Amino acid sequence: MKVIKIDKENWAVGLEKLHASYRLFGPVKEDNFHNFKELDKGEQPDFNFSNTLLSPKSLVHPQSEVMFEYSLDEKQEDHHVMKEIARDYSPRVVIGIRPCDAKAFLLVKRNFDTHEYKDPYWIKSYEATTFVGFACNTPAGTCFCTTAGCGPFHEDGLDLLIVDVKEHFLGIIITKKGENLLAAAGWNLESDSNAASKQIERIKQEAEARITSFVSTDKLRIKTTMELYDAPFWEDVAFSCINCGTCTYLCPTCWCFDIQDEHHGCSGVRMRNWDSCMYPLFTQHGSGHNPRSKKMQRVRQRFMHKLKYYVDKYENGIQCVGCGRCIRLCPVNIDIRRVCDIMNNFGD
Amino acid sequence: MLGYIDKIKETSNRLLKESKVDMVMCFRKGTVPMINEPYFAKTPDDVDHFVWDSNCGINLANYLADREEKIGIVAKGCDSRNIVTHIIENKIKREQLYIIGVPCRGMIDKHTISDMFEGEIKEVTEEGSKITVKGDGFKETLDKKDVLQGNCTTCVNRNPVIYDELVADLVEEQKDLDRYADVHKIESMSPGEKWKYFDDLLSNCIRCYACRNACPLCYCPTCFVDEHRPQWVGKSIDPVDTRTFHFLRAYHCAGRCTDCGACERACPMGINVRMFTRKLEKDCMELFGWEAGLTLEERPPLDTYRPEDPDDFIK
Repeated sequence: MKVIKIDKENWAVGLEKLHASYRLFGPVKEDNFHNFKELDKGEQPDFNFSNTLLSPKSLVHPQSEVMFEYSLDEKQEDHHVMKEIARDYSPRVVIGIRPCDAKAFLLVKRNFDTHEYKDPYWIKSYEATTFVGFACNTPAGTCFCTTAGCGPFHEDGLDLLIVDVKEHFLGIIITKKGENLLAAAGWNLESDSNAASKQIERIKQEAEARITSFVSTDKLRIKTTMELYDAPFWEDVAFSCINCGTCTYLCPTCWCFDIQDEHHGCSGVRMRNWDSCMYPLFTQHGSGHNPRSKKMQRVRQRFMHKLKYYVDKYENGIQCVGCGRCIRLCPVNIDIRRVCDIMNNFGD
Repeated sequence: MLGYIDKIKETSNRLLKESKVDMVMCFRKGTVPMINEPYFAKTPDDVDHFVWDSNCGINLANYLADREEKIGIVAKGCDSRNIVTHIIENKIKREQLYIIGVPCRGMIDKHTISDMFEGEIKEVTEEGSKITVKGDGFKETLDKKDVLQGNCTTCVNRNPVIYDELVADLVEEQKDLDRYADVHKIESMSPGEKWKYFDDLLSNCIRCYACRNACPLCYCPTCFVDEHRPQWVGKSIDPVDTRTFHFLRAYHCAGRCTDCGACERACPMGINVRMFTRKLEKDCMELFGWEAGLTLEERPPLDTYRPEDPDDFIK
């Protein structure tokens, strides 16, 4: 493990240097919560947060994203032709992403970057981005990352992991991208890796010990899909659901979108917007038939996708990193931990 | 209000045992502070999970529309007014319901309380008019009246307006309130200031529709924003579309909104969604002397015509 020491007085200086080679994004406090925003020169990320209210998924997969533009004006030579719009895929760095949110990109990648299909917008955005994580020294009561294939100091999906050890920062170099970023920032104080590793390990263990909520996922894989699908508990789970899109929009691992054309007068754009399996329109067929016309069916779909279909399809755990946003902000307190346990223990 | 739960459970058990109802709707304790989960009991065992405290702000009338069972429902003042509205609008029949009335002393506002503390709130408990908030390195006792949901501070219908049984004596209604101070403030703004106020209000909206879906009035089989043949409203987060959604939704609630606060409470972004409906509520009061959901005997002003209806707006 190669660890770099970053003096706190050098932090802002390094960030300023980064502006020469990257667009910077970081957590900023707005109103009463933190969200990721592009940082202007001189603007500092604010690390006095547990996690951002919205996940940073929009940095790679924006809620609304224009893909093409077109003209319907037949006087134009290229009317009715979809033209790709110019996009900014210059190097970017996301500073201060929590390990759970960085791991989430890897879960989403399994959908956007496969052997058969490659989503050019997602892949180019993702590849242009360097992820600088900020280890979670004090996880929240709703965090269950350690049983969701992740953890407060998890490194998967990160290029660099910064650990705040009070007197200074320690940076764990994970990838070449991370190394390049350190060079651009001028953070080059090598630390005594042995001592640093021990220090990090101690803080990591303290952080993990603070996590008090867990899910059991060990039996999801061996459950029979149709038995879970037909289980009687879905009516109970779904009762309180109001079928809003809060859980899906806040979730770092929900990736669904819808494609729409919008035009004003003769000019228009083809765009994609986040969509949600909680909405009836999500599955409305052209014929008018809706295979998920009932609330219970939609609630079931969300949990079956995250906790069963994904588990079976990718054989790599649940489609959840345990960030706890859906638990904290569901208007009616539907708790994925509770549902996961019901599913995992069903029929035992 | 903690004292209500024994009576709620006793009544619910009786109704279920005597098969007077197929289910009773109430709340169970939430898994995070300051929110309880709407929960239905079909057996006396389920009733054991019921709770009632100052975190039962979600309007349970929202769960009644088009149900066919016989239902027991625990209803505070605003819930009961939305039950009346549902009955008037033929979303449920009075005879399907057994209304367990709860005289309410107000619900606490999780946004207000969360904003008061830097760290994570781990536990919130209550005793009488005191709310105790505990978190990492802090413990503070607050007066409940200082942390009420916005709508509860101006509520004049804490007692249920319709019920089959009450769980306790009626409480005293709040008097001498300036109920529309917030609206007056906006009314006194210039058009430009108003525009900016509402634009700022919506700047964080993510179009998740939690406000709409938590609202008992929003039961349309297909909401206008979900119409797609033709599509009326864009799906992106273009401010024009976001505004269109909120403005039209508010107008659909004119003369029907009980200011229960469910929309504001549900919003994950902490937007005070009520600011769109408050003016309409005030106008209905001033123009028609009407407050929604108080009586089964009268049609709401916007679904009847009376020659004396105000028409000054026709120039």
